[in-house]
Amino acid sequence: MAEIDYRRIVSDGLWHNNQALVALLGLCPLMAVTNTLVNGLGLGLATTAVLLGSNVIVSAIRHWVRAEVRLPVFVMIIASLVTAVELVMHAWFHELYLILGIFIPLIVTNCTIIGRAEAFASRNPVAASALDGLSMGLGSTAVLVVLGGMREFIGQGTLFSGAHLLFGEAARHWELSLGDGYQGLLLAILPPGAFIGLGFLIAIKNILDKRSAQAARKAETLEAALTSPQ
Amino acid sequence: MQFSIDSSPHVQGGNDVQRVMGQVLLALLPGTLALWWYFGWGVVINIGIAGLTAVLSEWVVLRLRGRDPRPAIADLSALVTAWLLALALPPLLPWWQTVIGSAFAIVLVKQLFGGLGYNPFNPAMAAYALLLISFPADMTHWLLPSVLSQHSVSFGEAWQTIFQGKQALGPTWDMISGATPLGHMRTELSQNHMISEIRRSPVWGDFGGRGWEWVGNWFLLGGLFLVWRGVISWRIPASMLGALLLVAGLFWAIDAQTHPFPAFHLFSGGAILGAFFIATDPVTASTTPRGQLIYGALIGLLVFVIRSWGGYPDAVAFSVLLMNMAAPTIDHYTQPRVFGAREDEHG
Repeated sequence: MAEIDYRRIVSDGLWHNNQALVALLGLCPLMAVTNTLVNGLGLGLATTAVLLGSNVIVSAIRHWVRAEVRLPVFVMIIASLVTAVELVMHAWFHELYLILGIFIPLIVTNCTIIGRAEAFASRNPVAASALDGLSMGLGSTAVLVVLGGMREFIGQGTLFSGAHLLFGEAARHWELSLGDGYQGLLLAILPPGAFIGLGFLIAIKNILDKRSAQAARKAETLEAALTSPQ
Repeated sequence: MQFSIDSSPHVQGGNDVQRVMGQVLLALLPGTLALWWYFGWGVVINIGIAGLTAVLSEWVVLRLRGRDPRPAIADLSALVTAWLLALALPPLLPWWQTVIGSAFAIVLVKQLFGGLGYNPFNPAMAAYALLLISFPADMTHWLLPSVLSQHSVSFGEAWQTIFQGKQALGPTWDMISGATPLGHMRTELSQNHMISEIRRSPVWGDFGGRGWEWVGNWFLLGGLFLVWRGVISWRIPASMLGALLLVAGLFWAIDAQTHPFPAFHLFSGGAILGAFFIATDPVTASTTPRGQLIYGALIGLLVFVIRSWGGYPDAVAFSVLLMNMAAPTIDHYTQPRVFGAREDEHG
């Protein structure tokens, strides 16, 4: 088996193959729950936990599952993990559980999870799969958080509202607010705001990628010029 | 009968974007003046704010895209978009909402899709929908026409209200503001009042709201001018207003006490402005002759449906946006027969 490049796994998950911005997977929860930063973070962490668990298990049993039945097996594993996460949230983050509602059980249908199980975990050893699950999950979570923060800020002029749902009572005063005078742009909270916001995030990523590619090319030509015999 | 055909070169009409847009602006003047007459200086200030923002946004985005902004600004299309948006806005809307709408129209709806000719949605109407959804309270609170409130809004009053908020006017604000005729009709109907009772209120004129119907007439005049000049085809306005009249007439005939008189639909809200100036946008509308008839008729139908059973009093913006989405499909199925081809030869 080829050498596994752990650094590459991390950079793919967080940036180059970001599941939300590049693969455009798992957009349904992305659109639905990112109306505040904390909601986005909550769902992102739940998804990451499921992704990590499913990648590890799928990778561990990859030699014993026949190719013909692998998809039902993956779905069973993911569904069990989602049920576990749902119960955990029900027990310890009850308010957040109520806010996210149907989107927690719907993590089962998140294409990112079965996509990573099929494309990565079923072909790679456990450690690499765990790292892949973690970085893919954190990559998606980052997008959920940024999008949620953007929509929350534009839509109602606050940040971290409801932080106590996730971090306990001490976090209640984390909320930043522009004050009551700010009349929110309601559209940002509504579904179109999610689409427009995601579009901007993708555009920003593409701009950054283009810039760094240009810089790399420039550095290469410079190096070539310096090392050439003249 | 024999027509003689001259050999080339033929005389060219010399129509370009700037000329067409200039004619649209000219055609908007009578309706704009009527709005100014009934609703005061706010209309003019709104046009100024929206126009300035639109031209500035166009300039900034084109610079960012590495293009020369001068020809795009000189073709007046940004100004037409801003003008149409400003006409649809309440005259004393806070200035920053007008700025947000106008910038949204140009930057997101027009330039991000590639600029003039590439936008799938009508920029002015998309911006109107954005503002209506985001600021429903401000956007549905219009002024009463001056014939009703006996108060014509002066330039100073309009300026103060737009830039400092409606507190600047004090008690005058409540005297001169109110719901639009469509909004009024909607609230009254929702309280199970009969049309014959509702019509006794002084806000009604012969067809629509007092004052409002005249604004509609002047926009109609400008629209007919555009049809006469060949800037727009008669198909979309005719089929849109025809369908609206037909459906409204049908329901009116069934029950005249809960469905207003058909002409009320025609002369209220944005129906006429929409039919001649907005639905006919050459970029986002259907382009085939048969397609234009279908496109217009469906807008008319949607306007009636949304006005009667939808969540907002007026519906022109939403109907136009919905049909913008359908326009490519309509065009696909209504391709005219190519000369010489048999009817069954194209898909």
